Amino acid sequence: MKVLLENLSKHFGSVVAVDGVTLDIRDSEFVAFLGPSGCGKTTTLLMVAGIYKPTTGIVKFDERVVNHLAPRDRKIGMVFQSYALYPHMTVYQNLTFPMRLSKVPKSEMEARAKEAADILGIGALMDRRPGQLSGGQQQRVALGRALAKQPDLLLFDEPLSNLDARLRLSMRGEIKRLQMELGITSIYVTHDQVEAMTMADRIAVIREGKLQAYATSDELYDQPRTLFIAGFVGNPPMNLIEVEVLQEGDSYRARRNGFDLQLSEARGHKAAGRGKVILGIRPEDVSIGDRGLRGEVYVVEPLGRDDLLDVHVGDASVHVLADPSLHLKIGDQVQLGLNVDKVQFFDPESEQSLLWA
Amino acid sequence: MTWKQRLGSAIPYILLTILTIPVFVGYLWIIISTFSGRTYGLVPVDSQGNFGGLTLENWSFLWEDPNIWFVTLNTLLLSVLLTVGVVIISALAGYALSRISFPGRKTFLAGTLILHAFPSVTLLISIYFVLRWISNLPVLGKGLPIIGGFGYNTVGGVALVMVSLSLPLGIWLMKGFFDNVSWDMERAALIDGCSRLRVWWEIMLPSIKPGIAALSIFTFITGWGAFLIPYTFITDQEKSTLAAYLNSLMGETAPVNYSRVAAVGLFQLIPVLFFFIFTQEYLLSIFSGGSKGGT
Repeated sequence: MKVLLENLSKHFGSVVAVDGVTLDIRDSEFVAFLGPSGCGKTTTLLMVAGIYKPTTGIVKFDERVVNHLAPRDRKIGMVFQSYALYPHMTVYQNLTFPMRLSKVPKSEMEARAKEAADILGIGALMDRRPGQLSGGQQQRVALGRALAKQPDLLLFDEPLSNLDARLRLSMRGEIKRLQMELGITSIYVTHDQVEAMTMADRIAVIREGKLQAYATSDELYDQPRTLFIAGFVGNPPMNLIEVEVLQEGDSYRARRNGFDLQLSEARGHKAAGRGKVILGIRPEDVSIGDRGLRGEVYVVEPLGRDDLLDVHVGDASVHVLADPSLHLKIGDQVQLGLNVDKVQFFDPESEQSLLWA
Repeated sequence: MTWKQRLGSAIPYILLTILTIPVFVGYLWIIISTFSGRTYGLVPVDSQGNFGGLTLENWSFLWEDPNIWFVTLNTLLLSVLLTVGVVIISALAGYALSRISFPGRKTFLAGTLILHAFPSVTLLISIYFVLRWISNLPVLGKGLPIIGGFGYNTVGGVALVMVSLSLPLGIWLMKGFFDNVSWDMERAALIDGCSRLRVWWEIMLPSIKPGIAALSIFTFITGWGAFLIPYTFITDQEKSTLAAYLNSLMGETAPVNYSRVAAVGLFQLIPVLFFFIFTQEYLLSIFSGGSKGGT
């Protein structure tokens, strides 16, 4: 099923929670709504679910406007962060509750509940109550309940946030695989950019109720259109350094106190002559070598595969992912090479990208 | 443990014991005096003032006065009516006030709280006129079987008045319990195919069972001990409720037989006592689970 949001807004009194969001979701597509908490992503999801009525704007399923359709008539399945299982019902009763309400025949109900339980590996828990299950098991039951009703659209509201890190990792892969196999159009709300990037076909980045970008994870990562996206997407986050870009003959240089970088012409000329701009470079695009910017190691954080260094170049601080075998220590003098084909530039006032606007 | 630590942990118990003694002695006196002709302090004495004089005479009302059983049934009927009425209405109203935003919601909540603060004595006269008016209604007034009707001088009428006076507390309690049920669960049920009423019945009510149990017990005990309203609005004291019957034993003309009063009092107390022993843990949840959250 296709979903279309057109100029969708939600006001709570004088507070604007969602402000004119427009986006389309293709059939069988997996879309993530990504943003910090309180940005309006869950409110948007609840409008798609029909729990909230939009203040203005339209929600369309396929070609049909569903604004006034009650949640139960929308054929959606939803998985909540708190699992929202019914505590007084057994797992089996939880799985079959939606089907019982829509009067599915008993034999089919049992078959579908069993199928969902088998897919999710909760077949042995059918007679237990939610209170007797672990967090991971409860999450599986919640997912099973949403799947067993065979919805046209699956909604996830931060479903993995209450699980421990290891479980989150395995559930992430499982949800992604299930979604691809079943081909159900899905919307996944999360504040975790890793979740969004690993699972979603496209990501809608939302900030303060406004849609910042709607693109694939590669595009968000390599061509961030705003300063917010640049800082929010990617871990560890992108270095953002205020510089001035100057043209000297054919060459472009980014400068600030103790910082002087030769730029490529393609990227340099878009940032030149604008006074102060913000240069962005990801930690993995900075390397330790014997040429480049001189700096001093200020902090070393071993991450296992890499060391995350905080290197002070002049009065700027640059995070670098370095090979642990270099055995760098606090106070060491190093030289940084920046991959000039990966630098980003942003306007400090409008926070828009100077490269991808 | 040093003796200082021991003393420290014993202090709460000592204080509680001291505070409980007057209550405990009171109950002890009731129990002793119901089986004695007269008492001197806590000691049963005979007419010469010596220890003795134990008797079952005070309990003779159980077999000599048929009214006692009539009154007991009446009290039970009143308590059940009160409990059913308060629980049903509070559970519905509490849900609406907790979950649905509608114009006047806050005013209503504040209003019920103010009503709860009103002493019901001040309303007695106006309630009398209301009940008299209801009495004139056909059938509903005083033509119903068992409860008599909802008018003046009927058990139903007294129950009606007591239900309305108990509702503010009940509604606030239920609202508090509903406030503690997660929104996600309700949303899940709505998406799974429930109507709002069905969410209330299938999801919300089972989730607040302890609250409903607590409110039921609390209301039942209130009804069982009710005095002022039944005493005022049922003319025949001997036929109203246990508390009013108890009062009728203390007439102004004849000397009062306190041992008999104690026996009737104990008779009224026994069911509540047993009830309380088995249900006190639910009652505690009124203070822990309920009445939380604002408007």
